[in-house]
Amino acid sequence: MSFLTLTHLQKSFGTVKVVHDFNMAIEKGEFISFLGPSGCGKTTVLRMIAGFETPTGGTIEIDGKNQTNLRPNQRNIGMVFQAYALFPNMNVFDNVAFGLKVAGKPKGEIETRVKEMLKLIHLEHLADRYPYQMSGGQQQRVALARALAPKPQVLLLDEPLSALDAKIRVSLREEIRQIQRQLGITTVFVTHDQEEALSISDRIVVMNAGKADQIGTPGEIYNRPTTRFVANFVGTLNVVQAVLVNGAAGTVQIGNKTLQLSQPVTGKADGSSISLAFRPEAATLADAANGDAALSGTVISSNFLGSVLRTKVDLGGNIVSFDMFNQPSAVLPKTGDTVSLSLQQDGLMVLGD
Amino acid sequence: MKRLWAWAALIIGLIYFILPLVGMTNFSLKMRRGEYSFDAYAKVFADSRFHETFGYSVWMALLTIVFGVFLVVPTAYWVRLKLPYLRPYIEFVTLLPLVIPAIVIVFGYIRLYNTSSWLPLTGSYVGTDVLLVFGYATLSLPYMYRAVDTGLRTIDVTTLTEAAQSLGAGWATIIGRVILPNVTVAVMSGAFVTFAIVMGEFTMAALLNKPAFGPYMQLLGANRAYEPAALAVIAFGITWACLGLMQLVSRLQKTPQRPV
Repeated sequence: MSFLTLTHLQKSFGTVKVVHDFNMAIEKGEFISFLGPSGCGKTTVLRMIAGFETPTGGTIEIDGKNQTNLRPNQRNIGMVFQAYALFPNMNVFDNVAFGLKVAGKPKGEIETRVKEMLKLIHLEHLADRYPYQMSGGQQQRVALARALAPKPQVLLLDEPLSALDAKIRVSLREEIRQIQRQLGITTVFVTHDQEEALSISDRIVVMNAGKADQIGTPGEIYNRPTTRFVANFVGTLNVVQAVLVNGAAGTVQIGNKTLQLSQPVTGKADGSSISLAFRPEAATLADAANGDAALSGTVISSNFLGSVLRTKVDLGGNIVSFDMFNQPSAVLPKTGDTVSLSLQQDGLMVLGD
Repeated sequence: MKRLWAWAALIIGLIYFILPLVGMTNFSLKMRRGEYSFDAYAKVFADSRFHETFGYSVWMALLTIVFGVFLVVPTAYWVRLKLPYLRPYIEFVTLLPLVIPAIVIVFGYIRLYNTSSWLPLTGSYVGTDVLLVFGYATLSLPYMYRAVDTGLRTIDVTTLTEAAQSLGAGWATIIGRVILPNVTVAVMSGAFVTFAIVMGEFTMAALLNKPAFGPYMQLLGANRAYEPAALAVIAFGITWACLGLMQLVSRLQKTPQRPV
């Protein structure tokens, strides 16, 4: 049985419906990310779980108990906010102890638990510091310790890394994931950063216009997007127009080149136009001598991105990107060069409407 | 040339504000013929009515501050948190005491809470004390509300509230342990202004027949020559002490807000 269950969850603000019939079952100890653009309703769902928003319809259950009408302070849910939200008048120790004091825990127990939490986030030595005396990353770790101290049933993270610089973001997200695994706490993480979501989640919910477009593991979301929105939103995607030659055989034609897909195409008539998508890493520079060249086009630009080089090519009106690993010995295509691209068969996706 | 005008403006300003004070202080020290002395001050301090009225007004000021804090902090907090669209209207209401004279308010109280009303507050000593505290709180409302509202603007009220709620805190805990300690400076500023207003207020105390400092100053002014000037200097000193304390508290609070 699922630990956190959201059933037919809906939310409207006036006449504007921001969450439409959202359903989700989260297992105990799972790390789930809600990923989507601004305004897609991901934070609203999180706030409904926390109790800060009342659903217009649907139910929220944690461990089999209905939480829908409980006040936020009755839910035993820990939350970490984008803006840290540490209490400015309290030092680190008192911030972490706040939830335990509110719960009326004995002094000795509070002290032990706070020390345990500060050890977990490696900030035992900053117990006397005030929030203004710490960096953003340190503050967010304290906020995490504060949220975890009362042993919540569920941990909610509302874009906790958005206000931090790139390096701290990466190290803190790894730390969050490690702590989450260590404690085995069910966690819901909201982000608009796909890299963050892909790197730390057990499963990702890609949200669009108040609905879950796709729920799946990071691999499924990236490699097998089920909607055009997911395909476009997660990672970089090349879309080219093709003609379906034989749907059952999975044969398509781009320009005068015929390509074989890894699986049959259903729901489209032979001869109809289809949108074929592939990731930049699914295309490689072809060796014309080997005869594996599939498509040829003209290089528009080459961009150095550190570990990879991204090249844009005009394939008869379709602009596509492909990546090459950065190797000092690699010969880079120049703007205006004519290149041949080979596409990995299992990297080709037929996009639905 | 510009510099000359600036100096001229400063000198005129100083003369306009300081000369009467200097004159008044000078006069208050001339009770003894031909020499300066603190006789007028000694007489004022020796007067039992001074102690009585001063003590009463201090007590009323403290009660007004406590009442004002209990009234204004939760109101301003709630408006910021849940009813932000009501802010302009609440601000308008809090400004009304600046345009409605104290005498109108106190006559309203007397008429509404007279001995034949359903709540006869004017019929007892404690009742009139309560009315006086309400009246003082009304007079200080524009200053207290503004100070607290400005203080609340400096913190992220919504997120702090939600953080406290997610940790299990109820409303009383949130206001008492999270919000109030973070607007202490603002509350103190409002409290000192309230204190200064209450110490000098005449109309309400006189019409409710209370032994306050304001009516005592008026009474002394009508019957004595040098003591009223000494009393005015003392009252002026109290006001300035309040303003000084406001500055001091503001500075003390600024220190922990400085980033490292």
